[in-house]
Amino acid sequence: MKPLILAAALAAAALAAPAAAARDLTVVSWGGAYQDAQRAVYFQPFMQARGIRLLEETWDGGVGVLRAKIQSGANNWDVVQVESEELLVGCEEGLFERIDWARIGGRAAYREDAAHECGVGAIYYSFILAYDRARITGEGPRSWADFWDVQRFPGKRGLRRGPKTNLEIALMADGVPAAQVYPMLRTEAGVERAFRKLDALRPHLVWWTAGSQPPQLLASGEVALTSAYNGRISAANRNDGRNFAIVWTNNLYTIDSWVIMKGSPNLAQAYAFLAFVGQPQAQAQLPPRIPYGVPAIGADALIPAAVKAELPTTEANIATALHIDDAFWLENIDRLTQRFNAWAAR
Amino acid sequence: MSAPRTPLGRLGRVVHWAFTLAVLAFLVAPILAIVPLSFSAGSFLHYPLPGLSLQWYREFFGSPFWIDSVVNSLIIGAGATALATTLGTLAAFGLWLARLPGRGVVVAVLIAPMVVPSVVAAVGLLFAYAPVGLANSHAGMILAHTALAAPFVVVTVSATLSGFDRTLLRAAAACGAGPATAFRRVVLPLIAPGVAAGALFAFAISLDEVVVALFLAGPGQRTLPRQMFAGLNDNLSLAIAAAATILIALSILLMASVGWLRGRAARLAARTGQP
Amino acid sequence: MAEGSAAAGLAHRVRRTGGRRRLAAALLVMPLFVFLLVGFVGPIAALLARGVQDTEVPRVLPRVTAALAEWDGRGLPDDAAFAALVEDLRAARAAGTLAQAATRLNYDINGFRTLMFATARRLPVPGEDARAALIAADPAWGERATWAAIRRAAGPVTDFYLLAALDLKRDTDGAIVAAPAEQAIFLDVLARTFGISALVTLLCLAAGYPVAALLASLEPRRAAVLFAFVLLPFWTSLLVRTAAWVVLLQREGVVNAALLGLGLVEAPLQMIFTRFAVVLAMAHILLPFMILPLYAVMRAIPPGLGRAAASLGAPPWLAFLRVTWPLSLPGVAAGSLMVFIQALGYYITPALLGGASDQMISWFIAFYASRTVNWGMAAALSALLLVATAALYAVYARLAGETQARMA
Repeated sequence: MKPLILAAALAAAALAAPAAAARDLTVVSWGGAYQDAQRAVYFQPFMQARGIRLLEETWDGGVGVLRAKIQSGANNWDVVQVESEELLVGCEEGLFERIDWARIGGRAAYREDAAHECGVGAIYYSFILAYDRARITGEGPRSWADFWDVQRFPGKRGLRRGPKTNLEIALMADGVPAAQVYPMLRTEAGVERAFRKLDALRPHLVWWTAGSQPPQLLASGEVALTSAYNGRISAANRNDGRNFAIVWTNNLYTIDSWVIMKGSPNLAQAYAFLAFVGQPQAQAQLPPRIPYGVPAIGADALIPAAVKAELPTTEANIATALHIDDAFWLENIDRLTQRFNAWAAR
Repeated sequence: MSAPRTPLGRLGRVVHWAFTLAVLAFLVAPILAIVPLSFSAGSFLHYPLPGLSLQWYREFFGSPFWIDSVVNSLIIGAGATALATTLGTLAAFGLWLARLPGRGVVVAVLIAPMVVPSVVAAVGLLFAYAPVGLANSHAGMILAHTALAAPFVVVTVSATLSGFDRTLLRAAAACGAGPATAFRRVVLPLIAPGVAAGALFAFAISLDEVVVALFLAGPGQRTLPRQMFAGLNDNLSLAIAAAATILIALSILLMASVGWLRGRAARLAARTGQP
Repeated sequence: MAEGSAAAGLAHRVRRTGGRRRLAAALLVMPLFVFLLVGFVGPIAALLARGVQDTEVPRVLPRVTAALAEWDGRGLPDDAAFAALVEDLRAARAAGTLAQAATRLNYDINGFRTLMFATARRLPVPGEDARAALIAADPAWGERATWAAIRRAAGPVTDFYLLAALDLKRDTDGAIVAAPAEQAIFLDVLARTFGISALVTLLCLAAGYPVAALLASLEPRRAAVLFAFVLLPFWTSLLVRTAAWVVLLQREGVVNAALLGLGLVEAPLQMIFTRFAVVLAMAHILLPFMILPLYAVMRAIPPGLGRAAASLGAPPWLAFLRVTWPLSLPGVAAGSLMVFIQALGYYITPALLGGASDQMISWFIAFYASRTVNWGMAAALSALLLVATAALYAVYARLAGETQARMA
């Protein structure tokens, strides 16, 4: 009886082992409504059209996660959507494959700022200030300075855990014009000023990590105001019948990219996936579901005008935007993350 | 404790009972509160329910996320249970058979997985399993869960063996049975309920485990608790309540089985004439 | 391998002491013993070893590591060291390994990563004076502290991570000093971990003791019914119980809806993401571990003792204080240690129910292992947690005598 059980166990292990050796293409994105939209317009059509099995994973950023994946030798991700400074840091450290543009339609098929040696643009998006009109019925907040006004707008505030975006927001709330934010953050006094401003809001802060959280925090009334990705807020209005408002003033504008993890055993499938999601017809399907800008040349022409008004790339929305400075974060993300964590954990 | 005779004593007894019932209610209420929510026709996380519906179970059973995680949990649980039960039972029998030299060290190694905090174990296993290709594989998860569950099998089977009459083994030897035969024909049938209880424990531990899964499992090995953890972090919907209800039902089943097996083990021990 | 020789040694000792029965016993124990030694204890030991090793800098920057071995630490190192650094930076940048060394040095001096990469982008051409070029690229290379940091990371053995886990570091002269205030968090985290665990233990004891006492005083059949209420949560998945609390304590969750409905509060209370939620849920999850050993010990106290005390005229509280309480102390100790030990290592529940300032040491271990690649720090914190846990467990094993009793 014993040997039988043992044999069964070994057989089970043997059966399980090949599954490990040849794992499926794993695509990692930001979860929630955004990934729901990607699933509908990218993942499932891709699986059907190309007959390649695709596994999904979600993450909430941090180049350290990618470093840990590569250096532990246990990397199980193939294609990952990363933020701009993660793209630069990871590329410099050799965490990503160099993009072979010939396999995905050539550099010219994408907007110029979307083609990097290690990554291809996925979406343009903005961090915006959001609130629930169902709860703040009178005049709502209009700027990041109002975000700090807990008298007029009582309740908790949601901010993304980490230094990026929050230091900028803090300075703009403190009256620093958008153009002066990064010059000031390059000085010790500027960083100090940003943390002091955050200190003032500390008792009211709730940290979010995943992009799906801000709409939930707003919907449940957990927070009164929050920073959020613009698309998630619009998606909540559209899909869940919410009445959330977006304040575009001084939004923080940036781009996300797809990268292929170094040494991916699914390189061919990864390129097949990137080529598929790089088609203008495919990309034009995304904004109607979640209003983010897309980088494929020719996609914009296919997007309905009504949808365009909600995009961060639209003239009116980008006018007061602060472009997130990748060079600054490349130099400082490690140092400021460390400082931020020590500050937040206190 | 004697029955209280004074009014004050009676009052004390009433207060004591009330407190105990309150604590017991505190223990089960949160678990039971989540069950009706899973049958909600709405999507709110509170009562009263807008109506009854099986929509969240439809979502659970209709989604490849959840279904794959159930299948993974069952594969890993079954593999770990088989290995842990086999290795654990043999080891418990060995410990019972004779007093080994260096027994303290042996026992320390055998129960180490019970003592090591889960995050420490998970990080250690990740670093050790990754270079040999065991990370992101079902085999690696089975081995990791075997290590975590085996000590519980050892303890459970040891407890059963401690009620086992050694003279039976001598009798078997006198009848010409070798140790292997004696184990199979005499010992195993008598301790079978204990072994089965150990196996159920092992399965329950694998089914409950989430921290090692967080570190060691790839997207292809996501277990049910791992999936629930992701859901709680990312997308809090009542499908989680449905998943929780299914797990609670499983727990009750496992608990009842272990209770029944323990009773059986006790009766069997009594029949062999143990003091 | 060490495991193999340990196993062989064990087998050898068994043979020497003789006895076929012992040999059979050893052979039976061997598979699990070897499996756990190789598959569990070995990996944990290897993890802990990382906490006292420094491998990145000597591997990535071998020449400067060797050159600095001769440096007396006073003044700046000699020209050879500067030249060696240039060579190392060029090679490391080409090999793509610079980040590993830079990241390690950045743990010691915040900003070192930037310094390394910025310098590597502006390396002097061959023949140029390395010292002047480096100092021109960044004045930090003209400071003793920069070079001392490289030497401190030269390995192979280091106390850097263990010191850091206690908010300490070595200064330029090698003396142990307190870490700068904006980096010092671990003593806080340790105090928090022990504080939450102690509070949870006390709550469990306060709630569990009367319950165990009452259950122990009932006839077994009636106790069994009530016992189901203790065993159900005991068997229910930890994640399910944590999920239940997440659902209950939401701003628009069951508890707030009930409180509002009853008119007890006017606005929903903030409960989730607070210390309160963490402690409440942990106490709920760990309570069975308090009740079970207490019950086992109290059951064994002869009920006659209480009656005897009463018949001698002792009021119930005095009988309790003099008779029941002292006799139940082993159960109190066993239950408290069991709860406290488990609470120390909690990760999932604080991660899901707590805010940023409610995370315990396990969260930081996970953070350093998977969100940054600071494995030395993860290992050092693991060592602290494991030592605390193992020491308390040894006390527990002695007190309860349970493992011995069960495995005898």
